[in-house]
Amino acid sequence: MLLLLPVPVGADHRDVEVKMRRTGARRWTATAAATMGLALVLAACSGSGGTTPTTGGTAAGTGSAECADYAKYGDLTGKTITIYAGIVTPEDTPYIESFKPFEKCTGAKVDYQADKQFEQQILVRAQAGNPPDIAIVPQPGLLAQLVATGKVVKAPDAVGANVDKFWGASWKALGTVGGAFYAAPSGASVKSLVWYSPKTFADNGWKVPTTMAELTALTKTIASAGKMKPWCVGIASGEATGWPLTDWVEDFVLRTAGPDVYDQWVSHKIPFNDPKIAKALDAVGAIIKDPANVNGGFGDVSTIATTAFQDAGLPILDGTCAMHRQASFYAANFPSGTQIGPDGAVYAFYLPAESATDKPVLGAGEFVTAFADRPEVQALQEFWSTDTWANLKAKASSSITNGGWITANKGLDPANLVNPIDKLSATILLDPKSEFRFDGSDQMPAAVGSGAFWKGMTDWVLGASTSSTLDKIEAAWPTS
Amino acid sequence: MNVADKFLVMVAALLIFAAIIGLVLFVVALLEKRGARSVGWFFVGPTVLLLVVGLAYPAVRTVVRSLYNAAGSAFIGLSNYTTIFTSGDMLVVLRNTVLWVVITPFVATAVGLLYALVVDGARGEAAAKSLIFLPMAISFVGAGIIWKFVYEYKYFDPTLANNPRQIGLLNQVLVWLGMQPKQFLLNQPWNNLFLIVVMIWIQAGFAMTILSAAIKAIPLETTEAARLDGVNAVQLFRFITVPSIRPTLVVVLTTIAIGCLKVFDIVRTMTGGLYGTSVVANEFYTQSFTAGNQGLGAALAVLLFVLVIPIIVYNIRQLRRAEAR
Repeated sequence: MLLLLPVPVGADHRDVEVKMRRTGARRWTATAAATMGLALVLAACSGSGGTTPTTGGTAAGTGSAECADYAKYGDLTGKTITIYAGIVTPEDTPYIESFKPFEKCTGAKVDYQADKQFEQQILVRAQAGNPPDIAIVPQPGLLAQLVATGKVVKAPDAVGANVDKFWGASWKALGTVGGAFYAAPSGASVKSLVWYSPKTFADNGWKVPTTMAELTALTKTIASAGKMKPWCVGIASGEATGWPLTDWVEDFVLRTAGPDVYDQWVSHKIPFNDPKIAKALDAVGAIIKDPANVNGGFGDVSTIATTAFQDAGLPILDGTCAMHRQASFYAANFPSGTQIGPDGAVYAFYLPAESATDKPVLGAGEFVTAFADRPEVQALQEFWSTDTWANLKAKASSSITNGGWITANKGLDPANLVNPIDKLSATILLDPKSEFRFDGSDQMPAAVGSGAFWKGMTDWVLGASTSSTLDKIEAAWPTS
Repeated sequence: MNVADKFLVMVAALLIFAAIIGLVLFVVALLEKRGARSVGWFFVGPTVLLLVVGLAYPAVRTVVRSLYNAAGSAFIGLSNYTTIFTSGDMLVVLRNTVLWVVITPFVATAVGLLYALVVDGARGEAAAKSLIFLPMAISFVGAGIIWKFVYEYKYFDPTLANNPRQIGLLNQVLVWLGMQPKQFLLNQPWNNLFLIVVMIWIQAGFAMTILSAAIKAIPLETTEAARLDGVNAVQLFRFITVPSIRPTLVVVLTTIAIGCLKVFDIVRTMTGGLYGTSVVANEFYTQSFTAGNQGLGAALAVLLFVLVIPIIVYNIRQLRRAEAR
């Protein structure tokens, strides 16, 4: 700014000379000032990044008994592993906590960063060549997109072996892209759950249904009793509005058409508008597009589109709605102090299949995706895929956020879960008869899975026909 | 790298920075003494450089990107543009953008102008002005959330004893008047108008402030002469006020129009672009970052750019004409 001191027009020569010299002097002062300012900024920046790792020091714990399991990871003192995720406070604390023993015994430092824009940002960061060491990716579809950027590195063999041992082939397949295994599963959730009030059910003599026919009959009974609407549904979720209905459809495809058709549908071996899918969508429509059945506590069918999914199950508590289909994580949406459990104010039952012996389970999960193959990163990946970590994380979640976290890791000790819903979910997930299928919209290409499918379901619930909705989604499927 | 090393690097970086700036200033000083024209380049240079890096390069990249497919792996010509002008959903997006750009500037300016005229010279002018100017201080996202609550819907069944309480102000008023509450943000195409109201609410204050200043700047002699000629209030407005503040009117109209072309926050906060309310800027974001179709997203960005150009050209011409007077 000082550089722009104007020289008055018409000033005599000597005057100009003097002014020039003076401005010259000021210029150097300005430079010095600017440099000083920059120095302060740089000092401030390096202050935050320059802290040396305090944990470990000289790999302090390596000798002690509690660190025996960690000896194989070697001494990683002074190494830092960066993690980037979409899991923000308060759920991030149990994560950070679960890595503490690893940090203590190996001397490595785990730097956990998270923000809600993770799903957009991770792609941008990967494409820009600035990825974290490890990302917690919540969708196989996003994992495939990340692998396509060429920045994801394959999981080390030890991780593959752990996944074979603790999860099994179907989970391993979800972390596999184009025949190569990239990402081990971490957390999981069960989506095939129906929330209800055990007290309301007992008071009215309603029984938890064990087959689809019983569920339909129960819906009719509740509707004709007239005390409350049988179902409450809400799909509003900002730009992701519509996703709860994609879960409904996936659950019903699994039940009316079976897991094999489900796999073909998700991988687009059969078109999105296949008659079998239309049948499943109509089955959903028979429940939630019938004004007699919805929308308990909110109004007519159209309110499904405008009710926030977080609020959608709350009318169960005040007796204006009997049932709400939503994943295990919905437990966190009830007001604090709500008794959740078989004898509490709310609990959940497994959304039944056609017969009581079939157990298709819709769920979701997260995948530990690495962008670097440095030894410390691979060591953390390996640790992350063990039963040791799964139990550490379950314990941390139980004590910090009162649960709300489960995993399909077979090494998980149910005793480490405190919350009845977590226990129920873990039982469903680890039941050998269960046929687990991952959330289909999360595996479809983004143009469908986080675009046309969401939007199509929103239009559908507002009155669009089943066939036009499915045709439109099919048309949005990328051709390449 | 330990702390000492880091500190050394920092000092080195600072010294290099100081050396470069010193060198630049030294050269400028030398050239300045000789009175060379090239000294101008030293002042313009950084700006030009930043414009090239921050504006020209991304603009060119976006145009190129808009000719590629969703993943950016294959050249597909003008297909993305064909999609914009043929697919049903995209046509709704274009229709909405037209609605925004046509309705908002005129209504907001009209409201602002009327208000400016009414309160001009009245008692409590300052207070009245701050009242309508207040929404300007609220961010678009904040305004979106406020109005989302205003429009909030809860069902109301007159036959039931205990209906849920209406949270939304507007629906509560409807219920008081004995009417049924409405889903303001759901029913097409009226929901667009309810979104546009939010923008008008924000921008009317802006229009009022600028126009009020322009009205006050009309020379008293002109108005007095007109009054002596016997004009009434309407004629005074028609033949004196409007022609005198015409350049300001144009600036206000075009500024709001550009704001409406770019509108994103309000739509995103209130409906997420659903129920047929999406606009170009919102669709651009959704396609690029949620649906993973960066080609189509880029094409929408280019379209937005092309649409803004004529308004800016008109705006600049008007400014020049006003200056030339």
